[in-house]
Amino acid sequence: MRARAVAFALVLLSLALLTVYFRESSDGVLHGAQRIAVSVLTPFEVAGERIVRPFRDAWGWGSDVLNAKDENEKLRAEVEELRRQAILNETAAEENAELRRALEYVGGPRFPDDFRPVVTRIIVQPQNVFRQEVVIAAGSSNGIRRDDPVVTDEGLVGTVAEVTPNSAKVRLLIDQQSAASALVVETKATGIVQRGLSENTLSLDRVPKDERVEEGNTVVTAGTRVEEYESLYPRGIPVCVVASVSQRDIDAFKTIQCVPLVDFDSLREVIVLVEKRRAKR
Amino acid sequence: MTPLEALKAATLLLLAALLQVSIVTPLEVASGHPDLVLVLVIAIALVRGPLFGSVAGFWAGLAVDVASFATLGLSSLLLTLAGYWAGRFGEATTRASPYPPLIAVGLGTGWIVLGSGVLHFMLGEGASATQLLGPVLVPTLALNLLLTLPVYRLARRLFPVAPRERREAVALV
Repeated sequence: MRARAVAFALVLLSLALLTVYFRESSDGVLHGAQRIAVSVLTPFEVAGERIVRPFRDAWGWGSDVLNAKDENEKLRAEVEELRRQAILNETAAEENAELRRALEYVGGPRFPDDFRPVVTRIIVQPQNVFRQEVVIAAGSSNGIRRDDPVVTDEGLVGTVAEVTPNSAKVRLLIDQQSAASALVVETKATGIVQRGLSENTLSLDRVPKDERVEEGNTVVTAGTRVEEYESLYPRGIPVCVVASVSQRDIDAFKTIQCVPLVDFDSLREVIVLVEKRRAKR
Repeated sequence: MTPLEALKAATLLLLAALLQVSIVTPLEVASGHPDLVLVLVIAIALVRGPLFGSVAGFWAGLAVDVASFATLGLSSLLLTLAGYWAGRFGEATTRASPYPPLIAVGLGTGWIVLGSGVLHFMLGEGASATQLLGPVLVPTLALNLLLTLPVYRLARRLFPVAPRERREAVALV
């Protein structure tokens, strides 16, 4: 009887937490309490991520080996010999390469002028299929604010959804709640990029039927077009490549599916774009 | 439940939540990943009953939601009910057999996957049923069952049941 009463009370408490958290703004009491708790847990998560990285790379490497069943005996033997060395080198090499790419991108002509980069690691990967969100190891102490764009050298990743002093939650572009105004480079057709029909795909919506869009066209962020409705993203960040275009008589707009340029499954490092104007203030 | 046991369970579950979020979840096998926290909550509930189980579930859910920056209360709700039910199930079954933990974890996994599907759908974050049932449920279930017996043994060792409590539990059934 006592157990039932306690369980009932805890269920009610959970429902109350769920309701209040869902309804309140991100400045609300529960969000604030969560940010404090996340700040406390972040060092442990960062440490955990560092410890697990070699094992995760080894796991990924092992999975790749399993997929290569048809390799002949000689190649298998070579792979076995290289395995130990590869696992040891992979973590450092991967991190090095990712940081190098990020540096090249930051120093290159494609990097938006009005922003300074905050290069950081992902410490928590998406936890389920419903929410495509990650947690990064940089926060307000690095100048990051809510709604800051997040990119890699490959293209747009998403936006910052919540910030604590040392970490931030990033909502990926493939999340149901994400959207970005976008532009087809080749034809200048504009639309809204949102999550696509299947996992890890995007769709370019609200493109009028009289606009010309073809397979293989590149889609980039449209950036600010109207002053009072300022876009979250700077203009010209690559987003995706058009994979298919169709249209039906009953629809007002084209149906356009895109393949994201960022490989969301293998994200490790990202770059948060912090406005220089704001950083000076 | 003594204060020392409560502290031990709280620490263990917090550690499990941190491991789950930063280490276990990224280790994806065929779109699924083991749910260490669920397995641990069910194991503790089977050993210590519904009261301990529901409190453990609530605490573990809260820890997971905080550590993963997710919607507060969602995992707590699901894990509280899973812990309570597993505790009741544990009272009605023999602790010596390996089958009750496997059955409880199997049903608990189904409850968590489907329950979180329904809750997320109600919050406007739906995923297709085929995406959940095939690619997520089956591998997650298999991985959780693999974890069950070692975790259950650990729970029995860390939270031994006194003979008097065991007699009372059997008498209740």
